[in-house]
Amino acid sequence: MVRILTRRELNPNVTMIEVEAPRIAEKALAGQFVILRVDGRGERIPLTIAGTDRERGAVAVIFQVVGGTTMALNEKRAGDTLADFVGPLGNPTDIAGVKKAVVVGGGVGCAIALPVARRLKEAGAAVHSVIGFRSKEFVILAEEFRALSDSFAVTTDDGIFGERGNVCLPLKKLLEEETFDAVYAIGPLPMMKFVAAATEPYRVRTIASMNPIMIDGTGMCGCCRVRVGGEMKFACVDGPDFDAHKIDFDEAIARNRAYLSFEAEARERHCNLYKKENN
Amino acid sequence: MYDPRPTKYPMPVQDPERRRNSFGEVALGYDEETAVKEASRCLHCKARPCMNGCPVSVRIPDFIAEIAAGNFEGAYGIIAETSSLPAVCGRVCPQEKQCEKFCVRGGKGEPVGIGRLERFAADYHYAHAKEGTDLPARNGHRVAVVGSGPAGLACAGELAKRGCEVTVFEALHEAGGVLMYGIPEFRLPKEIVEREIGRLRSLGVKIETDSVIGRLYTVEELKTELGFEAVFLGTGAGLPRFMGIKGEGAKGVFSANEYLTRANLMKAYEEDSETPIYRGKRVAVVGGGNVAMDAARMARRLGAEVTIVYRRGMEELPARREEVEHAKEEGIAFRLLANPVEILTDGDNNAIGLKCVEMELGQPDGSGRRSPVARVGSEFTIEADCVIMALGTSPNPLIRATTEGLATGPHGEIAADEEGRTSLEGVFAGGDAVTGSATVILAMGAGKRAAESIIRYLKGRK
Repeated sequence: MVRILTRRELNPNVTMIEVEAPRIAEKALAGQFVILRVDGRGERIPLTIAGTDRERGAVAVIFQVVGGTTMALNEKRAGDTLADFVGPLGNPTDIAGVKKAVVVGGGVGCAIALPVARRLKEAGAAVHSVIGFRSKEFVILAEEFRALSDSFAVTTDDGIFGERGNVCLPLKKLLEEETFDAVYAIGPLPMMKFVAAATEPYRVRTIASMNPIMIDGTGMCGCCRVRVGGEMKFACVDGPDFDAHKIDFDEAIARNRAYLSFEAEARERHCNLYKKENN
Repeated sequence: MYDPRPTKYPMPVQDPERRRNSFGEVALGYDEETAVKEASRCLHCKARPCMNGCPVSVRIPDFIAEIAAGNFEGAYGIIAETSSLPAVCGRVCPQEKQCEKFCVRGGKGEPVGIGRLERFAADYHYAHAKEGTDLPARNGHRVAVVGSGPAGLACAGELAKRGCEVTVFEALHEAGGVLMYGIPEFRLPKEIVEREIGRLRSLGVKIETDSVIGRLYTVEELKTELGFEAVFLGTGAGLPRFMGIKGEGAKGVFSANEYLTRANLMKAYEEDSETPIYRGKRVAVVGGGNVAMDAARMARRLGAEVTIVYRRGMEELPARREEVEHAKEEGIAFRLLANPVEILTDGDNNAIGLKCVEMELGQPDGSGRRSPVARVGSEFTIEADCVIMALGTSPNPLIRATTEGLATGPHGEIAADEEGRTSLEGVFAGGDAVTGSATVILAMGAGKRAAESIIRYLKGRK
């Protein structure tokens, strides 16, 4: 059992919670994730660590409500408990030797991109950030990115906030103007696929952070397999970061949709329960 | 009184028709009368060949004699001297390849049902005995056990009995390892595993779930930060293998580990579980071991038509004979001498079939098994919207990747000697993490031997 310390809604779909887990807070590095269960009948879901506060022993995760589990999680408040909180899992993001980087975040992925940007900055690297969202009401963490970045761009699909279009436009502009040691892409699979395609002609090392469906998170189930350079890799023990130019994104996109109908069903079940309680 | 009956007294089982929809245990166990009769089939031959077949050398004829005499508790006591998990081993050991293989009675007719008798004694004990909760006298030594599968449980139990203060670290949210996530309820009721774990707790063993060693604490940190004098690594062979054929990334393709974990550990078949499980209409299970049988029989219970695809023949199936028989009774089809070459998919990357080639058995290979060879032009297709790969597992890389100086073998297995000593001082290992995927009893034996070795090590340090 672990306790939720704080809870904050970042936008209508995205919530951040801080969980009391001192040892994980002490050990976790940017790019690593946790697996949690809301209650004793719950499924295990992976969430990337969005930040840690070692003094308070707090680990922050940010989640988007997609299925039954994230709905149940979203109903929890500060002071409530979660059945399980396991981590830190996966390999930390590799920043060795990187002096100048672009960090590209998309949607809720920005929550994970931010600690990577922060860690790069702390290691003395120049950090250029490009973050993108569907529209204005989904924008999160823009000020945090702006504050730590050497250059900063934000895009929305409708152009009401920031630049119109997707992250690839400002990204290409940066790559045209300067050379970078690495591009870090963290966001929805289609976005990472486009980023990989955009950076390929510039021959810049591009790292994508994968977030596939998982059960155990320790290499046991093989559910999180990702095809990288024709080889089968497990995101939990070999990743979650991989060379974006080698990832088979189309397969990953199809695999991530495997439980769509279950998710829809679970949402409905939770909503109906919710309705009943409120009637 | 010696009973000359040539065959084993039959094991009462749940009706095959009914058990297709039931997750309850299939084999129901002997009653007292049948157990005494079966025990009376033992010849008590001088050479005791059965004991040579047992990886932990249970005094088989002695416990059988106790059962024949009606002293069931005495029988349990004899088994418990050498086996840490009798109720488990009686159910899951491949007896026909171990003790029963060497039974003289097997020469003409069937061997004595040693496994069934072991199970009977263990179940009798748990039903009747009152477990003493006297804690063993503490010796002041603290030992960490990594992994709570058969190796870890056996090691922890032995160390605790000898007075060590033992903490078991388990990555998942429940202790038991493969006994919980891998072997289904219908073969090994989880109640039995929980009882065994409860017994360890009553001996003073602490179990820390949700603790991934290598990440939360490294092996080194267990010693330096947490002050454990010795560490036992029983991390198992968790990593599922795939074939590397086209279509393995398709939706509807699972490792047996994933499929069984969803079903067993996450209880996905129960109405109120939040974990989804894919309910295929036609399921193909690739492989011929116990895990393949478990996955196939689970899929059957979840309502599928199931075919087991195995590249060798019926004789070569590595699974326990009883599991194969149960699978057949439950209506599972066997497509033997067949090897998948591709998983066929529709436009949305869903599995729709399994393309195979027919195989024939060639010359025996180094291990003495006849290796299968593909027959040219023999391709055929099995319709399947779900394909489960049960091809064995490799050791988990997490410990070797995070433990400096720990020697490993060519397949990533932890290198350990007969006594479980690794290349690092005070670090011991055993079970599948060392041998690659093997059996519950071998892992248990290794855990127990390592415990002895740890005790010697701790005494030497004083």
